[in-house]
Parts: sequence; structure tokens; C-alpha cells
Amino acid sequence: MFAHEFVRNAYLAGTFIALACGTIGWFVVLRNQVFAGDALSHVAFVGAIGAAALGIDERIGLFVLTIALAAALGLAGDRGRSDDTAIGIGFAWVLGLGVLLLAVLANSAGGGSGITTANTLFGSIYSLGAGGAWLAAGIAAAVTGVLLAGARPLLLSTLEPELAALRGLPVGLIGAGFLGALAVVTAESTEAVGALLLLGLIAAPAGASRALTARPWAGLLLSGAIAVAAMWGGLALSYVVPALPPSSAIIGLAAAAYAGAALLATRRRSGVSGADPE
Amino acid sequence: MNPSLAPDLITDVRELLQFPFMVSALEAGTIVAVLAAVAGWYVVLRSQAFTSHTLSVMAFPGAAGASLLGLPVSLGYYAACTAAALALVRPGGRSGGAGGRSRGLGGETAVVGTVQTVGLAAGFLFLSLNRAVLSSPDSLLFGTFLGITQGQVLALALVATGVLAVLAVIGRPLLFATVDREAARAGGVPVAALDAVFLIVLALAIAATSQLTGALLVFALLVAPAACAQLVTAKPLAGLALSIVLALLIVWLALALAYFTVYPVGFYATTLAFGLYVGLRLRARRRRA
Repeated sequence: MFAHEFVRNAYLAGTFIALACGTIGWFVVLRNQVFAGDALSHVAFVGAIGAAALGIDERIGLFVLTIALAAALGLAGDRGRSDDTAIGIGFAWVLGLGVLLLAVLANSAGGGSGITTANTLFGSIYSLGAGGAWLAAGIAAAVTGVLLAGARPLLLSTLEPELAALRGLPVGLIGAGFLGALAVVTAESTEAVGALLLLGLIAAPAGASRALTARPWAGLLLSGAIAVAAMWGGLALSYVVPALPPSSAIIGLAAAAYAGAALLATRRRSGVSGADPE
Repeated sequence: MNPSLAPDLITDVRELLQFPFMVSALEAGTIVAVLAAVAGWYVVLRSQAFTSHTLSVMAFPGAAGASLLGLPVSLGYYAACTAAALALVRPGGRSGGAGGRSRGLGGETAVVGTVQTVGLAAGFLFLSLNRAVLSSPDSLLFGTFLGITQGQVLALALVATGVLAVLAVIGRPLLFATVDREAARAGGVPVAALDAVFLIVLALAIAATSQLTGALLVFALLVAPAACAQLVTAKPLAGLALSIVLALLIVWLALALAYFTVYPVGFYATTLAFGLYVGLRLRARRRRA
């Protein structure tokens, strides 16, 4: 299987993207910002269409638009958080712009946009070239490194924002920076797992890890490990079963891990206390 | 013939109503606007925007699964949305991310996000199993108002009547349970059951709405009018009425604009909704300052 170059590229990019998604996802779930991540991933899709409309590199559109939305969310929200209603209305509008672009593209160029749509929505990890794979791995590794380096202040400003502010930490700035990092991860992973399925790699491993442990460092590592395992398993599965798209296999494994962890947690909890605190 | 804008409004409206497909679209739009505005008012109050979005993207696996099995697409919408709602119902606990603004229990949003991606992954799998391209992925995601049949309008009307009837029955206790959960529970209101019933009703409303707006643009009708109304008034009945009026305005204007220009209805609906919301938020902020 590893004799094929496209498989090696997919594993290279996939491993680091999964690591970045798992790590940042743990914070995303902790900060209750899954919806923001979702919005960013949908907006990435519009960025790709916009880049196609302008005739520039798809990646530029992805990065510019997701980072712009992250900045807008950070500005609109209180301390780098923002409420779901505003996120929903805002990203629906950006998607509306995407529809307009699609219509413009269809009227001018004619055809061709359908393939871009499918690729951006669902990812095409097995069509990554060697250069693209190295670039994706590098960006993902860099974001993971930044996150781990800044994990302590980020954790404090998430759990105890008042205390963090008292200690002189710029809570708002940290929140905005976190959204920026999320935007970079989103734009990066959109190429590999697709805008719509990316959310699974952010939410499911983190949910599984939080069901199993409340300790921050262990949770972070576990979340990253589950994401990477889902990525490796999913890629192998879809290589063996060609009818199974890689994105679907990866998400299926990640979700299965979450379901298993939740079951385990429920059993453990009912074994200890019996009462289920809401 | 090419649609052209006449200087007076009456001629324009008459031209709009001249084609049966436009009449069907306006009927469907009106039904969906009322339905979405009422359901959406509760969505905004309960901060379930993320849950609603998750339910709305279930249109994709619904459509893909239905075309795999050879069933009507709208049936797939309703089935997939209801299935996702059932997956989000938690016996005893808070269902479907209600009260999303509370912190510390981040696991809830992880569940919603995971359900959403599992649905999408399943849809993608159905699509590749079918080996056929979905007839029009763009209209599935972004909506279309062309080719709505009278049968579809009738089905929408039936669903809307059912959903609104249920909401009329559970409306007051649901409001109580949303605003003050503990007091409602102490007062004997079946809080968890209300959560679950609302989720299922919401799923049906969203499945109906997304047939017109497309899966990704449901928010233009579901959340934006209600959020605008709640920026203006906190009174329940006035807010509901205002939400309906705004949703109707958005739908009618968007349909008319889409008819007279070449651009899609989803673009106009979301732009109107977004503009309205931003304007009202700025007004609210200025008033507070």
C-alpha cells in the first residue's frame, strides 16, 4: 500500500492535519466554540469558490476568507467569544455570497465549478501532490507547536477569564489569536478532509478525550492521538474498500471512538455514583 | 420572455404572479416563512443555532439516501432530519445543546458537531455507493425556487399545520422551561420531554424550510428574523408576530429580486437577513450607549 506515492502523501499530510485538528479541537470543545469552527469550515468553501472566480490559487482564497471571518468573530464577540446567533446569521450571509459567486461562475465560465464544489466540500486527500502534502504537514505542525507552547495561558483564560485578566493576561487577544489559529487549521484541513467533514476531526476526538479524562495535558494528548488513529485507520480502510470515500471512513472511525468513550464514561459514572448530574 | 422591472409596483406584482411556477414559489415561501419564523423564535431564545444548523445539513444525507433507495427526495429530508433529532435527544438531560451559552460542559457541542459530521459522511458514502451524481448539488445546498409543484406546496402546508399546532400546544410551557428551567421543573413541567418534542418539531420545520432555501441557507429564515425580533422586543407574542412579518418580507423580496435578476434567491434572502440583523444590532448598541 505504501508503494504508491499518493498513499504516502496522504499519510504525511493526514497525520499532521489530524494532530492539529485533535489538539485545537480539545480547546474548541472546552471553549464551546464548535459552532465557530463549523462556520469557519463552511466559509472556507466560499473562499475556494471566490479564488476560482478570481482565477487565483484556491489556497489563498481559503486562508484569506477564514482568517477574515475569525477576525470578525473575534471583534464582534465579547473577549474573543461570540454568540451562536450572530455566528449563524453571519456565516449564512457569507454562504449566500458564495452562491452568488457560483452563479457568476456558471454564467461566465460554464461548467467546471461542480468538481471544485465536490472537492472543497468533501476533500480529496488521495489527490494531494508531494509539494502540497509537505506544505500541509508543515503548516499543521507549526500550528500544533504554537498551540502547545501557548497552552497554559490559553487554558487559564478559558477556564478562569477573570483570574487570567487579573494576572495581566490579554484575554481578548488570546481569544482572537485562538480563533486565528482555528482559521488556519480549518483552511489547511479543508484541502484534505473537506470543509463539511473537517468538523468531525475537531469535535469527535476532543469529545471522546473529554469523556475519558478531565486532566488537561492527558486530554490534549489523547485527543490528538485519537484524531491521528482515526486518520490512519480511515485512510487504510478506504484504500482497501474503494467504494468507501476516505473522508467518510475517517469521520466514521472518529465518531465511533466518541460513541465508545461516551458509553465507557456513562458506565463508569453509574458504577461510581448512580446519579447523573446534568 | 425576459423579465423586466416596470416603473410602477402593481405591474411588477402582476408580472410576478403571471406564471404558475412563481405562484407556487410564493405560496411555498409564505408557508415556510411563517413556519420558520415561529420555530426560529424559540431557537434563538434557547440558543440552539448550532443544533438547527446540524439539523439543516441533514438534508444532504437525506437527499443522497433517498436517491440511492429511489424514494422521493423530500421524504429523505424529513427522515434524515428526524433521525438526527432523535440522535440528539438525551433521556433525562438537556437535549440538543439547549442553553449553549453555559460554559464548562463543552461535551454538548461536541455531540452536536459529531452528529452533524456523521450525517454528512453518511451522505457522501450514499453518493459514492450510488455512483451517480446528485441531480443538482448546488440547489440542494443553496436552494431553488424553480419547479416547486402544487403537490409540494400541499405537503409543506400539511407539515406546517402540524408543527404549528404542536407549538401552539407546548408553546407556553416550553417558554417557561426555556426562561427558567429550574422553576419550571419545580412547578411540575416535564422539562426533558418538552426539550425532546421541540427538537423533533424543529427537525420537521427545518426539513420543510430547507426545501426552499437549501440546506446551508436555512438561517436566513429560521434564525435571522427571530433574532431581529428579539433585538426589538422581549414580549413573546409581539416578538413572534414581528418575526413572522420579517420572515415574510425577506422571502417575498428575495423571490421578487431573484425573478427580476439572474442571481440566486439564496443570495438575496441571506443578504436581506444579514443586513436587517446588522442594522438592528447597531441600533440596539447605540440605544444602550
